[in-house]
Amino acid sequence: MTPEKAVPNEALNLYGSEFTSRFLIGSAQYPSPAILLDAIAASGADIVTVSLRREAGKGVDKDTGKESAGQQFWSLIQQSGARLLPNTAGCKTVKEAVNTAHMARELFATPWLKLEVIGEDDTLQPDVFGLVEAARILCAEGFQVFPYTTDDLVVADKLLAAGCEVLMPWGSPIGSGRGLNNPFALKALRAHFPDTTLIVDAGIGLPSQAAQAMELGYDAILLNTAVAKAGDPVTMASAFAQAIEAGHTAFNAGAIEARDMACPSTPVLGSPFWHGTGGA
Amino acid sequence: MKIHLNGASLDTEHNDLAALVAALGHEADKVATAIDGLFVARSARAQTPLHEGCAIEILAPMEGG
Repeated sequence: MTPEKAVPNEALNLYGSEFTSRFLIGSAQYPSPAILLDAIAASGADIVTVSLRREAGKGVDKDTGKESAGQQFWSLIQQSGARLLPNTAGCKTVKEAVNTAHMARELFATPWLKLEVIGEDDTLQPDVFGLVEAARILCAEGFQVFPYTTDDLVVADKLLAAGCEVLMPWGSPIGSGRGLNNPFALKALRAHFPDTTLIVDAGIGLPSQAAQAMELGYDAILLNTAVAKAGDPVTMASAFAQAIEAGHTAFNAGAIEARDMACPSTPVLGSPFWHGTGGA
Repeated sequence: MKIHLNGASLDTEHNDLAALVAALGHEADKVATAIDGLFVARSARAQTPLHEGCAIEILAPMEGG
């Protein structure tokens, strides 16, 4: 018998576009281009994050006919058929982020932008003051901004006021694999902004951690390292896809409240002779 | 004139950004450009003169998280 979903999982809506998958996957650090493509396919992700690099060589070398690294990647990622979400990784100032955003919009032909303004090298945590300012500028210029932020409620409020329709709080520092460092804050953020699309971005290391975020009611998960650096990235991509789906379905189904004391799952009414003598 | 291209020194005889991009073998729509930290749109490259010591960035797609 096929299990039925308690509530059909609705589409993920991002700036007016609808997506089936709630898994956004990064494209960096894979062992090979082929594994990257296979991992994207196994993840079921509709959206893949990309970035910009200094172009070292020629576009196409006239002597060898070989494409530059940048053009090779461009050709590869287009094969995935995914929608691209360019980032401003490495930017530390508002000016850098805004100019990188414009370069990304022209190159990738999309108004979508994962906005990163990094404030600290060890934790790669966002400079939330710069982030809000950059978001305000870019939203006014027609960008559809996905800000990589902390779980701070006040910052979230200011990002929404700046024009963001999606927020991407971290679970824990980028690439750390620590999962949700502060589930309480993430829960508060979800409760405070029930109608805003919230995506946990960064720090997820295990499928169970992704499921935990989805069980809190988060709308989607963005991750990269946990798949790319896994022993078998393609299989891990599939594991995350299942966990994200399961977590979302569980949230829709309505979880029980945790309690301190035991509560018998077997009805006690009408118990035979051992009733009252203890036991499970 | 001497300019900085993606962080490295370069001697060039080209006077504008579009000419430099073409001379380096890049297709115009396959790269994004900036001069002295400011984005220059594809359509504005031909009207963007290079100057002694300017910092040119020519960027292409890459992997990202």
